[in-house]
Amino acid sequence: MRKKRLGLTIAHRLAILAYIVVALFPLFWLLKVSVTPNELLYSEGVRLWPSSTTFQHFSFVLVHSDFPRFFKNSVIVSGGTAIIVTILASLAGYALSRFTFRAKYWIVALMLLTQMFPLVMLVAPIFKMLSPLGLTNSLTGLIIVYVAFNVPFATFLMQSFFDGIPKDLEEAAMIDGATRFMAFRQIILPLTLPGIAATLGFVFTAAWSELLFALMLISGNQAATFPVGLLSFVSKFSVDFGQMMAAGVLALIPACLFFLLIQRYLVQGLTAGAVKG
Amino acid sequence: MASIHIEDIRKAYGDFHVLHGVDLDIADGEFVVLVGPSGCGKSTLLRMIAGLEEVTSGTIRIDGRRVNDLDPKDRDIAMVFQSYALYPHMSVKDNMSYSLRLRKAAKEKIAGAVNGAAGKLGLEPFMQRRPRALSGGQRQRVAMGRAIVRQPKAFLFDEPLSNLDARLREHMRAEIKKLHKELGATSVYVTHDQIEAMTLADRIVAMNGGVIQQVGSPLDLYDRPANLFVAGFIGSPAMNVFEARYRHAGDAAEAVLGDGTTIRLARAYPVAEGARITIGIRPEHVIVGENGRGIPAVVELVEPTGFGTILHLRLDGVHIKAFSLERQAPASGAAVDIRFAPDRLHVFDENGARIEAGKAP
Repeated sequence: MRKKRLGLTIAHRLAILAYIVVALFPLFWLLKVSVTPNELLYSEGVRLWPSSTTFQHFSFVLVHSDFPRFFKNSVIVSGGTAIIVTILASLAGYALSRFTFRAKYWIVALMLLTQMFPLVMLVAPIFKMLSPLGLTNSLTGLIIVYVAFNVPFATFLMQSFFDGIPKDLEEAAMIDGATRFMAFRQIILPLTLPGIAATLGFVFTAAWSELLFALMLISGNQAATFPVGLLSFVSKFSVDFGQMMAAGVLALIPACLFFLLIQRYLVQGLTAGAVKG
Repeated sequence: MASIHIEDIRKAYGDFHVLHGVDLDIADGEFVVLVGPSGCGKSTLLRMIAGLEEVTSGTIRIDGRRVNDLDPKDRDIAMVFQSYALYPHMSVKDNMSYSLRLRKAAKEKIAGAVNGAAGKLGLEPFMQRRPRALSGGQRQRVAMGRAIVRQPKAFLFDEPLSNLDARLREHMRAEIKKLHKELGATSVYVTHDQIEAMTLADRIVAMNGGVIQQVGSPLDLYDRPANLFVAGFIGSPAMNVFEARYRHAGDAAEAVLGDGTTIRLARAYPVAEGARITIGIRPEHVIVGENGRGIPAVVELVEPTGFGTILHLRLDGVHIKAFSLERQAPASGAAVDIRFAPDRLHVFDENGARIEAGKAP
């Protein structure tokens, strides 16, 4: 009996290990290529780790390429999108969770509908709309588009978090002397922090890695975000893998930092509602 | 403290009517209990007084002031919820002081009020704890503390003891009563538990189907239920009722059951000869004997409660319950005879409304 359990535990751990290896291997390869000197990249064949390592790609990317600008653009766009979406989704999610109002059903249906189109279909019309407004080739334009696409899903996400908080709480606060908005801000919002963290993280990463709209709406390096910028390492005749991978590694840093910051809330948030109390 | 006046209050959600015109006057300092089965509208009425539900039509006045369109925060009332609704991210102290902090009361005043309430409720050792680190009974106390800190015009209780176990409920019931005596605050208390209603209330408001069935003192409702609903709802085990026909018999009268059994009534009632009536008798007024005098019945089930004994009896297809303080009860299956104390019988007309004896037909 005990042996069997031990065996099962080992099998379970091995399965997890296998999964982790598969999931993280591309990241490892990213790191490996980013520290491999150019002259070894093709000459050494396939090796797990190069015979000598270098940080030359990193220094080139940071000093001589436009990468710092792409990076800054991405931070502005992703951060801006995440904050705006989370504020809007909190308010909208609260309304959907707590109020009954006319056309609520249709609003929800419309929001769902927006999630059903393949984005590619919408690229041309959106370009057509943004162009005369001067919002193509601008970070503002990109933020507007990202916000529009992320708000519906984020609203549903926030709504489910609000649904998990008993209505009695804000009613008690309102009887205690708070307006509804005060009750929302002082009682409900602090209890929704895990949900807010989850929403922030979700939207931030979605915007951080978005390529399609960034590629279509931005031309030139001035307003390019990092995924678009990565393509600048691809030239007509060659691909500079070392620099591309170094840029990739650097681009991982903010996402990692962000999740490190919110992970405490995130774990709570994603499991909230699974267990009562 | 304040009085509460409710005039022809109605509540409807679309075509679904919850309250059909409720009138109620609650005097200053009175403890009124709204009691009734689930869905009878008692909680809706309470929430309308609190301002948590809109009033479809009618008027609610607190202290003479019409409050229909006032926000809950401007009504100066406090409410204790069934779920306690304590703010999970605040300490007990912050929970209790929240309302005063919202009102920007002076720090010393807040501290004084909170400490006073904590002292009354024995909460001093827990002031820095979060609600989740408290037991059910302690949470309940914090909820009460939060209500009394502010000295509101009226207290509203929405089934505050329903989540507690039986022993704790009994204890808290007594505490609530003591607290009310001490503060003398106007209180409206919603419950579906008739024991809570009986023990706590100055006056009980029995509700069913969105209509008030009877308003009166607890013993009034127990001794003179206005209709069959109140008769069946107040009292445990419930009142026995039988359908019968009315028959004059000199100065007094008789009720004739379906099988021809006659039950003597103490006095005449203002009903026509042969009219359909329902008679009711409380289990403790059913006298069970074994000497052959009375209506023969068979004991189906014996439930000893320790305090007394509940007998389930059958007489010709009719089931009745008898309660006695005697422990020496007949065994299950035994043949017994039962008598009803004539002056303890309740008589209802065919619509279920109480009929008082003595008036001419």
